[in-house]
Amino acid sequence: MLVGVVELAEVWVLFHNVVELGGLEFTQILLVFGLADLCFSLADLSFGHCDRLPTYLRNGALDVFYLRPQPLLLQLITSDVSLRRLARAAVGATALVAALVLNDIDWSAAHVLLLVLALVSGYATFAGMFVWAGGAQFFLIEGAETTNAFVYGGRYAASQPASVWNRPLWAVFGFFFPMAFTGFLPALTLLGLDGPGWLPGWLGWCAPLAAAWTWLLALLSWRFGVRHYQGGGG
Amino acid sequence: MSDPIIRTHGLTRDFRVRDGLRRRTVRAVDDLSVEVAAGEAVGYIGANGAGKSTTIKMLTGILVPTSGSVLTCGLRPVADRRRLAREVGVVFGQRSQLWWDLPVRESFRILAAIHDLSTEAERRRTDELVDRLEMAEFLGTPVRQLSLGQRMRAEVAAALLHSPRLIILDEPTIGLDVLSKQRLREFLVAERASHGTTLLLTTHDMGDVERLCGRVLVVDRGRLAYDGDLRGLSRTVGAERVLVVDLAASTGDLTGIPGTRHLASEANGLRQRLAFDAEATTAARVLAAVSERAEVLDLTVEEPDIEDVVRRIYASRR
Repeated sequence: MLVGVVELAEVWVLFHNVVELGGLEFTQILLVFGLADLCFSLADLSFGHCDRLPTYLRNGALDVFYLRPQPLLLQLITSDVSLRRLARAAVGATALVAALVLNDIDWSAAHVLLLVLALVSGYATFAGMFVWAGGAQFFLIEGAETTNAFVYGGRYAASQPASVWNRPLWAVFGFFFPMAFTGFLPALTLLGLDGPGWLPGWLGWCAPLAAAWTWLLALLSWRFGVRHYQGGGG
Repeated sequence: MSDPIIRTHGLTRDFRVRDGLRRRTVRAVDDLSVEVAAGEAVGYIGANGAGKSTTIKMLTGILVPTSGSVLTCGLRPVADRRRLAREVGVVFGQRSQLWWDLPVRESFRILAAIHDLSTEAERRRTDELVDRLEMAEFLGTPVRQLSLGQRMRAEVAAALLHSPRLIILDEPTIGLDVLSKQRLREFLVAERASHGTTLLLTTHDMGDVERLCGRVLVVDRGRLAYDGDLRGLSRTVGAERVLVVDLAASTGDLTGIPGTRHLASEANGLRQRLAFDAEATTAARVLAAVSERAEVLDLTVEEPDIEDVVRRIYASRR
């Protein structure tokens, strides 16, 4: 929870000094932050346990999962549910609600649909990231640091306006890991703004495609990982 | 059911290990071809690192073989892992499948749900296992507070809850005291008698093999070194066990007990060592005979060293 608040404060402090960033004002960035942070927190609540995979790999607990007639991934994510992560989600939810109230959004049925789509897709995208990282752990010894750079780095990038990203960052978090689709692009579409330069305003509607792409990566990674498993010693 | 329950052909598994900067390949299981018929009880023995656990992991779909084929319960372990998990119960002696912080009873309920057991089947099977493994006294205890002997019984029950056709036990008696071992073995014999379950057992304990297994596979450096019955194994290496008794008072040498050979007396006969042939008598009978002559304070049973058995068998085949 504290982490969430600190990150929100960071956005606040930044805007104490500048009026706008990447073409967005504070309340608009609050919307980006709220969307991305809420989606991430919910994904973390349910799929964050993939982070524990290296421990399970090392102590052999994964062997036991293989011996039960249920999907491995399902067993992994249900092996522990940390309800304290709900508090983390509260920060994102608060930011999102505040942003929805403060911003001048031209509400219509399409906008409500977009909001729901964005939340569901954003959740799925971050969840896919966790699964992708889990699959990669099978290959990378001590690989958690590498994958964390993308999972948590992606979360951080997602809660900022993507218009300030440089080209390499766009390549990684715009398209390969489609983080821009979890906060920035849906927020633009909700606000009725055009993206910077070459980004059309309707791109926010493509969030479900981004989620599907992430899950394609995730399931490939997971499948290769599971087949690559070397056993926990013994 | 005439199809074998385990069938491997040319089963091989390599591991790539880092050796300094270079990588090299270690062959853990080498061209293993074995068939086990339904209802058999097979002891799978070998030194540490001989490839026992690797074989078991390939049989159960945890590891993908490097080459060769394997069918367990007629299923391909990796491709049909989830179906196979319903047919096989596995206990890894040094891994727990129970939930550390939950009472034993809750662990069983979760496992029953994982295996989709009906309420009726769950109740009947749990009652049966609790009764036979004498677990009633610690059903409500969190797993982390159990003694090793209690935990092992709970582990075995957990693996058998879904009434598998094949039980695979990896070092089930490791670290257990004589009494706990004895109980577990008696349970396994009874379980097999009433359900016809096939048993595959790895162990370092010759006692396990003698009490439980009609057939023995010895593996050395990934290769099958012996496949045959216990008699053949005994003939090759001798299967004498040694009973060591600590007595309350100095006693003369305990000679003349049927089926035993007096090996030595220490400390004026306070501690005596008796070798006995496990096929001719039992530890219990020997102990009863000793108790008639002197009060027994403490006892240990020394089993033939399995590494020694493996070494001799390997030597005898060269």
